[in-house]
Amino acid sequence: MRALQRFILFTGLILCLIGPWQAGVQAASSPHNKTIRLATTTSTENSGLLHALLPRFQADTGYEVHVISAGTGKALRMGQDGDVDVVLVHAPAAENKFIAAGYGERRYPVMYNDFVILGPATDPANIAKAASAADALARIAKRSAVFVSRGDDSGTHKKERGLWHTAKLKPVGSWYREAGQGMGKVIQMADELQAYTLADRGTWIAYSNKTQLKIVFQGDSVLHNPYGIIAVNPKRFPEVNHAGALALIKWMTSETGQKRIADFRIAGFTLFTPSAHQLSELGIGK
Amino acid sequence: MEHLFSATQTALGLLVSGNAELWAIIGISFRVSTTAILIAVLPAVLTAFVLSYARFTGRRLLISLFNTLLSIPAVVIGLSCYVLLSRQGPLGDLHLLFTQTAMVIGQVALCFPMLVAMGHSTFQAADKRAWETARTLGASPLYALLTVMHEVRFGLIAALLAGFGRIIAEVGASMMLGGNILHYTRNIPTAIALETSKGEFAQGIALGMVLLVMAFVLNSSLHYFQGKGQIVG
Repeated sequence: MRALQRFILFTGLILCLIGPWQAGVQAASSPHNKTIRLATTTSTENSGLLHALLPRFQADTGYEVHVISAGTGKALRMGQDGDVDVVLVHAPAAENKFIAAGYGERRYPVMYNDFVILGPATDPANIAKAASAADALARIAKRSAVFVSRGDDSGTHKKERGLWHTAKLKPVGSWYREAGQGMGKVIQMADELQAYTLADRGTWIAYSNKTQLKIVFQGDSVLHNPYGIIAVNPKRFPEVNHAGALALIKWMTSETGQKRIADFRIAGFTLFTPSAHQLSELGIGK
Repeated sequence: MEHLFSATQTALGLLVSGNAELWAIIGISFRVSTTAILIAVLPAVLTAFVLSYARFTGRRLLISLFNTLLSIPAVVIGLSCYVLLSRQGPLGDLHLLFTQTAMVIGQVALCFPMLVAMGHSTFQAADKRAWETARTLGASPLYALLTVMHEVRFGLIAALLAGFGRIIAEVGASMMLGGNILHYTRNIPTAIALETSKGEFAQGIALGMVLLVMAFVLNSSLHYFQGKGQIVG
């Protein structure tokens, strides 16, 4: 009979554990259309920006936002498969392609910052004196100074490849390390390797007190880094939460959202500059 | 070294102060993995039993297959489930990707082969007469099965622990299938991966310690059920 007793005990245990799990699932997923899935880049998540924005949005509208952060390439891929409702990314060329192919509805500018080239304070390749960002990379290549690339098809990686293209160089060799990781990890790796890397200013500010790296090159206009938000096209994927996606876009580009973005600071530095007003300037309807 | 020391110190502080976010992550981890192992355990034990006691063609092939599945990286299981569950995939209509259910599915797929493989070797080592005797004495097949299971309970518990150990500490499949969504699918391993990438080592270490403590408590309590861990004469 002891076996039977234990069997009953065991079954009871199962029920006790499944009960709260079920409750957890229901609490999180119902009502169904109140959940928005946002695919975004590691830079907005790792810097803490979304953590500062979303609770307010959720309180304002009652929506719950599930954030899935990956590189821009993967984030767009999730949108392309209809696995998310809205994407917040930073690679205008890829975004336009995404919309042209009918996966996304329309791109709304949200904010911008810029890219910077980080490196050891000693700046062995002397890129502080470079005439342009492409020249800076050319100097790194010429010196074969170690450079850590994101290598993950993210917005930052796309920008970096564009710069190599401008410099008419193919980065190959043991000095060029493709990490295949997020921005934060790559900054850490560059720090450990005393290497150069390209980073967005937002993530850099968030990490600056954790590394010995310095900004060694900045200010070239090609390093402009605009972020856009795009709702996944409901005509293509009727099941996406389009109303939720629009609510999030509306809020992000509203005065409240834009002010929150402008107010988001780390150690006194502004990480992102709001840019939704460009909508009206460009004459694109709200 | 000082860096590691201060990170550990902060980690302990976070745990003791009952940091809500940290404990929410711990709760999700425990809930998902416990659900997964509970779903997997009965079918797995039955499969293991059938593989040990029944005679049919293809049995050896099946055993090799389950043993092979043990070496599949969790990321590959994650990717396979991802492709199945994506809206573009065959099970896309269920809308399961990036939910706790998806994580449970991935973890069931991960621990099932382990439970079967270990359960099978456990049953194999058992005395076959237990089954025969129980049947001869008029026990129903179910009751006879329970008798055999009781005979080999230590081995089965060991299999359960190994299976649980694999999924509670697994990051690849959980990251892919759950999406590491805060308060929803962020569990201990994916949180450690995230905190590490953010350079927040203290949080990462705190979570790592929780994992260790959880494993220890679980092992100790099952050890208690097992008796003194010695061969009894």
